[in-house]
Amino acid sequence: MATYSTGTAAPSVNLGEPPSSPAREEHLHATGGLQHHVAHKHVAPEIDPVMACENVSVYYGDFRAVTDVSLDFGKNEITALIGPSGCGKSTLLRSLNRMNDLVEGARVEGRVTYHEKNVYDRDVDPIEVRRRIGMVFQKPNPFPKSIYDNIAYGPRVTGMKVDSMDDVVEESLTRAALWDEVKDKLKQSALGLSGGQQQRLCIARTLAVKPDVILMDEPASALDPIATARIEDLMLELREDYAIIVVTHNMQQAARVADRTAFFTALAEEGSGDRTGLLVEYDLTSNIFQNPRDKRTEDYISGRFG
Amino acid sequence: MTSIGSLAGRPMKAARYGDRGFGSIAFLVALWAAVAFAVLTLGVLLVDSFMDGAVRLDAALFTSYSSQILPETAGARAAILGSAWVIVVTAFLAIPLGVAAGVYLEEFADERRWYNKLVEVNLTNLAAVPAIVYGMLTAGLALAVGLERRVVLAGGIALALLILPVIIIATREAVRAVPQEIRDGSLALGATPLQTVWRQTLPAAVPGIATGAILALSRALGEAAPLLLLGGLVFVNYDPDGLMSGFTTLPIQIFNWASQPQLAFQQVASAAIIVMLFLLLVMNALAIFIRNRYQKRW
Repeated sequence: MATYSTGTAAPSVNLGEPPSSPAREEHLHATGGLQHHVAHKHVAPEIDPVMACENVSVYYGDFRAVTDVSLDFGKNEITALIGPSGCGKSTLLRSLNRMNDLVEGARVEGRVTYHEKNVYDRDVDPIEVRRRIGMVFQKPNPFPKSIYDNIAYGPRVTGMKVDSMDDVVEESLTRAALWDEVKDKLKQSALGLSGGQQQRLCIARTLAVKPDVILMDEPASALDPIATARIEDLMLELREDYAIIVVTHNMQQAARVADRTAFFTALAEEGSGDRTGLLVEYDLTSNIFQNPRDKRTEDYISGRFG
Repeated sequence: MTSIGSLAGRPMKAARYGDRGFGSIAFLVALWAAVAFAVLTLGVLLVDSFMDGAVRLDAALFTSYSSQILPETAGARAAILGSAWVIVVTAFLAIPLGVAAGVYLEEFADERRWYNKLVEVNLTNLAAVPAIVYGMLTAGLALAVGLERRVVLAGGIALALLILPVIIIATREAVRAVPQEIRDGSLALGATPLQTVWRQTLPAAVPGIATGAILALSRALGEAAPLLLLGGLVFVNYDPDGLMSGFTTLPIQIFNWASQPQLAFQQVASAAIIVMLFLLLVMNALAIFIRNRYQKRW
């Protein structure tokens, strides 16, 4: 497991500096215990951004779903996006790896940068963006194939040069804390796994293409509490090597795992009356939950609305 | 949740769950009568054909050619082989084209474009066009390109045109049934839209496509009108041996025999009908088998 590193096989498309091997040593003190209370300890006040939004607005046709969001996402940090339904947090997440391109009429204004390169620039291939910025969805979505083929799918379709696919599969499953449970049934259908196992398989599948940012759209909302706890432990482990951006409806989850939290809300726009998503407050998770600066944040986290 | 679910299911099974109102009983009886009528019709058809044709369900039916002089030993050899040739040509023409068109319309076409809307509307209309019109279309086409119209290739083209809309529609439905999450998962790993179609969507849709294609082919197998219009030969005493070979098919042969006055011709026609019905039932059973066997649980 210690030999695993990210980004070694990254083809050079114009995406700025290739993801460098994460400096694991800096964070080793956090690997020993995965108790939730250590989650925030290593966070530096300054962000070392791997991705950033600069005045990002997202439209579906004429409807503006997200308005003017500026936000940095730190390396080796878990960033949570929270807020009431319809506040645009999932939309923003899907615009980070250009999954929104696939929605007819979707359009992004402003800059979404990855290693300081705008992923919406003309010379950037969205396919490459999606490979570098992995995504895990709300509902576990394993392919109707074997466990092995689920993991091998990404490296195969992206033409990654791998010495041994068996090693990639084992590494990915090990990193996703699934190897011991499935090592004897790699050739069996992934649809036979439990929901929690399926979700960890989806995370493993994402790791196999060696991204350095992982987006998670409510990754545990379809899972039971035990499976949820395992996913959260896994997120804390993966933070050592990846930047994780997670949308969650579960505020306890944000409090448990996130280093920083961004609170969004939905506001009726003047004129049209359409509701659009706004970033209210972005800070260390401890500040958001214990010491919010904005009244709306305070109301939301204390359960007064949303 | 469960209680709401079971309540919602109740009206469907009204009688079984103790609803004894006159209206619901009468409705149930009417439904049963409709099913019974359909099954009974099929049964009568089978029994009647069998009684007429039983005497001619012999080896000669499969090995002899048709005969004008000796109806007692006339066989459907040329028709069976001709049907096989034409259906294979039809399948090779219609399935790749229909699947490709269906995938394009479902996965790539921009529904807001007027030309895609036009295709959309006309597809359903095409599926309802009478078979004979496709025969005329093919005859015109053959004339235009200088193709002999009484050959296997022309017959295959006519039947392929006939079932193309059905295959396109079946493909679209099968592709649409593949959950969006599968596509999202593939694309999020850096697969291109084309790779996603080839490696995820299409393989997941194959059972549905296969079912639709087999049902469409069984319709083509039983079709006589477009082939008759092409001048399909009713008297063939040789095996078709290629795309440019003259041919007859089972429905044409049956049509020809059934219009003869002699009892022996009536009998051989009934025997050929039994063979054809048997083929159709086998194909439909295969379609049902594929559908049940490979049904995906998501």
